[in-house]
Amino acid sequence: MGAQLRLLRRRIRSVKSTAKITRAQELIASSRIVKAQQRMQAAVPYEREITHAVSAVLTHTAGVDHPLTVAKERPASAGVLIVTSDRGFAGGYNANILREAEALKGHLTGRGLTVKPYVVGRKGLTWHRFRSREMFGEWDGFSDKPSYADAKEIADALIESFKVEDGIDEIHVVYTGFVSMLTQNVIVKRILPLEVEETETPSEGIPPYYEFEPTAGDVLDTLLPRYIESRIYNALLQSAASEHAARRRAMKSATDNANELIRVFTQQMNQARQAEITQEISEIVGGANALADAAAGKE
Amino acid sequence: MAKLRVGVVSPERELWTGEADMVIAKTVDGEIGIMPEHAPVLGVLVEGGVLRVKRDGGADLVAAVHGGFISVANNDVSILAEKAELGSEVDVARAKDALQRAQASIEADQEDADARHKARRAAARLRAAGEEV
Repeated sequence: MGAQLRLLRRRIRSVKSTAKITRAQELIASSRIVKAQQRMQAAVPYEREITHAVSAVLTHTAGVDHPLTVAKERPASAGVLIVTSDRGFAGGYNANILREAEALKGHLTGRGLTVKPYVVGRKGLTWHRFRSREMFGEWDGFSDKPSYADAKEIADALIESFKVEDGIDEIHVVYTGFVSMLTQNVIVKRILPLEVEETETPSEGIPPYYEFEPTAGDVLDTLLPRYIESRIYNALLQSAASEHAARRRAMKSATDNANELIRVFTQQMNQARQAEITQEISEIVGGANALADAAAGKE
Repeated sequence: MAKLRVGVVSPERELWTGEADMVIAKTVDGEIGIMPEHAPVLGVLVEGGVLRVKRDGGADLVAAVHGGFISVANNDVSILAEKAELGSEVDVARAKDALQRAQASIEADQEDADARHKARRAAARLRAAGEEV
């Protein structure tokens, strides 16, 4: 067998095994997107209720200034929560997040703020470590299946450093929003000082005048951290779904590329084999002719 | 008489929604009973409380609720719990075990806030499951 033929066979074998791996990754990611979407759906009622409650309280306590809702007069530093994934194989997913985070950093630095990164996900952690950047919070190990406890841990750390003197004065979050299976966008948002987002159109008009147990201030004290936890939980869930979607897409194109490569190599291999056969035949024919000529010459 | 529309939700899922005649929950100020046409209230729930929803033509719905809020407006009652578990879902043996362990560590160290916390939670879960604590 010719050297070229052997070489092509080997390459085809290796590309085939790669295709098997990427195909498996693609299938795993597809099944996980569905689960991640279900988790997003399951979190919707709580988010809706808590947003509703927060806006109701804030409407009636306009006079009450809560530390979490008031912008500091001279903000000096901003915390940026960057949500990346733990594993790669997800195309541009992490690169997009980190690019936006850098843009936000530039923007905040332009406003004269010191930027303090808080990073979720192993990919973001290694990115920061490689550049020897200081991180003020590091979490990993749950990017593809975040639990509420994870969100709570992050929120606690952020709120804690927001409350202390010379901690952080603003908190921004950079994550990937899940729009659909095909579309995921990087979203940059400020979560503190608080801006309450109404997820649905305020059709019910002005919320009723609530009685508070025990007092409006106490309710706000416990309600606002829960609200922030829920926002962060939402960001983690959306990022998880986006991660799986990005991975599925990346793995699908990898599988497609591998199959195309296999097709091209197979063609080349067949050509090489055919060329070898043709050559062999012409050698045999040539040899036989030479023998016949020699025999004819003797007579 | 009008009915209450009740929703019990935790961040990770919606536990239960439906109509009811009365909701009893424990806020930091004490027990609060909500019946239809109740004035709007927003209350902070205690850690390790038991929520009871009275329905006609059916057994009460009981749930262990750990922290969170109750909000009442226009006959809509929502219970937002950080963690919640329906009484029927409680693993009694595990909850008892957790309670015993927590009590043991309280006896060993009176200042152990974490163990007290755990004991309250376990007790609430047992009460929700209909056990005597």
